Amino acid sequence: MLTETSRAPERSWEEIRRDFPILQQSINKHSLVYLDSAASSQIPQAVIDRIVWYHSAEHSNVHRGVHTLSQRATNAYEATREKVARHLNAAFSHECIFVRGTTEGINLVAHGYGRKHFKAGDEVIVSALEHHANIVPWQIVCDEVGAKLRVIPMNDAGELDMQAYEALLNERTRLVAVNHVSNALGTINPVAEIIRLAHEKGAVVLIDGAQAVPHMAVDVQALDADFYVFSGHKIYAPTGIGVLYAKTALLEQMQPYQGGGDMIASVSFEKTTYNALPYRFEAGTPSIASGVALGAALDYINAIGLERIARWEAELLAHATEALQGVPGVRLIGTARHKASVLSFELEGVHPHDVGTILDNQGVAIRAGHHCAQPVMNRLGVAATARASFAFYNNFDDIRALVAALYTVKEIFDA
Amino acid sequence: MTDLRNLYQEVILDHNRKPRNFGPLEGANREAHGDNPLCGDNYTIYAHVDEQAVIVSVGFTGSGCAISKAAASMMTVKVKGKSVADAEILIQEFRDLLTGKLDAKGEHHLGHLTVFEGVSQLPQRVKCAVLPWHALHAAIEQQSVASTEGEHDPLGN
Ligand SMILES: Cc1ncc(COP(=O)(O)O)c(C=O)c1O
Repeated sequence: MLTETSRAPERSWEEIRRDFPILQQSINKHSLVYLDSAASSQIPQAVIDRIVWYHSAEHSNVHRGVHTLSQRATNAYEATREKVARHLNAAFSHECIFVRGTTEGINLVAHGYGRKHFKAGDEVIVSALEHHANIVPWQIVCDEVGAKLRVIPMNDAGELDMQAYEALLNERTRLVAVNHVSNALGTINPVAEIIRLAHEKGAVVLIDGAQAVPHMAVDVQALDADFYVFSGHKIYAPTGIGVLYAKTALLEQMQPYQGGGDMIASVSFEKTTYNALPYRFEAGTPSIASGVALGAALDYINAIGLERIARWEAELLAHATEALQGVPGVRLIGTARHKASVLSFELEGVHPHDVGTILDNQGVAIRAGHHCAQPVMNRLGVAATARASFAFYNNFDDIRALVAALYTVKEIFDA
Repeated sequence: MTDLRNLYQEVILDHNRKPRNFGPLEGANREAHGDNPLCGDNYTIYAHVDEQAVIVSVGFTGSGCAISKAAASMMTVKVKGKSVADAEILIQEFRDLLTGKLDAKGEHHLGHLTVFEGVSQLPQRVKCAVLPWHALHAAIEQQSVASTEGEHDPLGN
């Protein structure tokens, strides 16, 4: 009798939305409409419960004690590493380094790899679509060693110019750093192609996956990514935890980024030998509870299914795109053919901050500003945009509320 | 909506739509730039201060949200013809109004600039309203920049 019927029935999106206690509240006397998941996503009850359980029954320091609690904490924390490795399809779990978030992951590579391997006259390529976190660390290291930072341009829709990219690549190119999905515009970049072309020239590639991992299946081996980074707080886990995936061969060529406890094998005043991977890159006591919670968050989304999530979010994005295009005076910023979960826009005659304030008054949380991507704003000739971003817990009512609130803005501003 | 009408009062919206004293000022002998790097608001304030230390004319250029633009426009109207010393009092009072240290119903010289009182309820927007005033302060003190962030942030110290 164990046929298909043994599979649990699919839970409805309505039911899934109720997993998020924070979404059940009112803001300014309106039901909260949370459209800022690209900045930080919300946390389901199962993940909150996991944090509570960890602190109620398992907490101690990791990797250090012989006592039971220390073992429990270590097991719970290390279980997440296995889950992350499976989730990204890494060849080995020691290739998944725990960091504070995307920013720290990129800095780790810039300092641990870049500083050691870049020389004067070398080139590092970033894209016009990057978050400041994937620009500034490279600038710092390039300045230090005398390497040159080069930029893949983009078109008015927010798509990278792949021909220009090919022309930028040369035998001096050491590393290419691009995001998988742009946080400012939602563009999905052709990262497999970007990696293939870089490898032809012998350059390594770092992919900033902060906006991709929450919304699509990522296979680092299929992509042949050298480095891949993401943040827990954008994938339904708390802040303070993120992951740097790196190929073993590269990790072995890297200088530790921070020194301290956990990352050593032995220490004397004459000589310190470093610990094995991944611990060599994880100095000090980590954010253990957040790490444990990240494992629970991955379990949670995998129970729903990333493909199902991607399909629903694509539907939400398509619906919201159409709805906003129907509001007179709205101009979408970033109209790439392939987009995920982000809708940046302008409302004619109204500054995005005024839009943000009025929407908040109506209970609608969006982001207004440059989204830590000033070069994107400059390229498109805007100072700032309003940005609605979606997660699977959003629904068509949220989009209706967004549109209604935009009409309130227009009414107040007579726009 | 009522809260919103309180924040975006008609006079603020009017100054946003039709900013007064907008444009570079011919013959200005004071000038300072003010910017908010977090949201991209940026303004240049120009003033002509005569030998008696009177602000005989004042103007501004730049762009930003409705709150900052209306604040700049209404500020220029208010300080035109005032002495530098009186302008400094207004700068202080305006700052105090926005940071909740001055009661709009109490004694002050702000007149209908109290329409900005509603902004004080929104901490994220206070910087928008005070930005042009910071820039004016920098201009009459003959400094060239004011910013809402970093070392030039007057609210920060
Ligand atoms: C594309 C992208 N890269 C990097 C970051 C930085 O992530 P974090 O602040 O978690 O380090 C973000 C988040 O804002 C992002 O969206």
